[in-house]
Amino acid sequence: MDNAPMTPSATGSVRIEHEIGLHARPSVKLTQLAKTFASKIEFSSSPDGPWLDAKSIVKVMGSKTPKGSMLHFRAEGADAAAAVQALVALVERDFEPQADA
Amino acid sequence: MTSDKPRMNAGNVGIVIVSHSPDVARGAADMVRQMVGDVVPLAWCGGAPGGGLGTNVEAIVAAIDRAWSEAGVAILVDLGGAETNSEMAVELLSEDRRDRVVICDAPVVEGAVMAGTEASAGSTLDQVRRTAEELRAR
Repeated sequence: MDNAPMTPSATGSVRIEHEIGLHARPSVKLTQLAKTFASKIEFSSSPDGPWLDAKSIVKVMGSKTPKGSMLHFRAEGADAAAAVQALVALVERDFEPQADA
Repeated sequence: MTSDKPRMNAGNVGIVIVSHSPDVARGAADMVRQMVGDVVPLAWCGGAPGGGLGTNVEAIVAAIDRAWSEAGVAILVDLGGAETNSEMAVELLSEDRRDRVVICDAPVVEGAVMAGTEASAGSTLDQVRRTAEELRAR
């Protein structure tokens, strides 16, 4: 599954500025958000992969992506663009809840 | 000792945490609440009836009732008796509920957070268990 071929219809990247990186709480928030979309969504700390399932809490938390890393997303499906946009926005706002939520 | 959390969003799979130590069980439940949120039915139990370390069947049955969801309940346990007592508790459930309760083969704290995260997305009981157990297989 990790390196299954994908024809992404949306991609995006963002730098992680959260103090402790992609640790427990940010990982849960990222996974929960990814799971609200129907598209297949993957992430990687490198634009060349390896790509991991963004809807797997074990994969997201297990990536241990540190502060300062780039986080790349790619998605395939009807809501791929919205998914990538939402995930990038989540990282940009430091995993805080949306202000208008 | 037991928790008295209100039942939330009964559509998602519920999580029950069983530890010999009430402090561990309560702490693990706090982690799930704070990291995952309140969209998952959650209950914990731990400690012997007379105080001290231990687990008991009645408290586990009561915790399953509090965390009950039509989608099922995933139990996270720590050591030995927590598992065997949880198995006995499942056997005491009514027949229609028994098949919707699983004991996860995963570490209690980490497994509870992983299972809670999976459950919060509306996943099935089997998906919740597999996510908790995937952690163990790493």
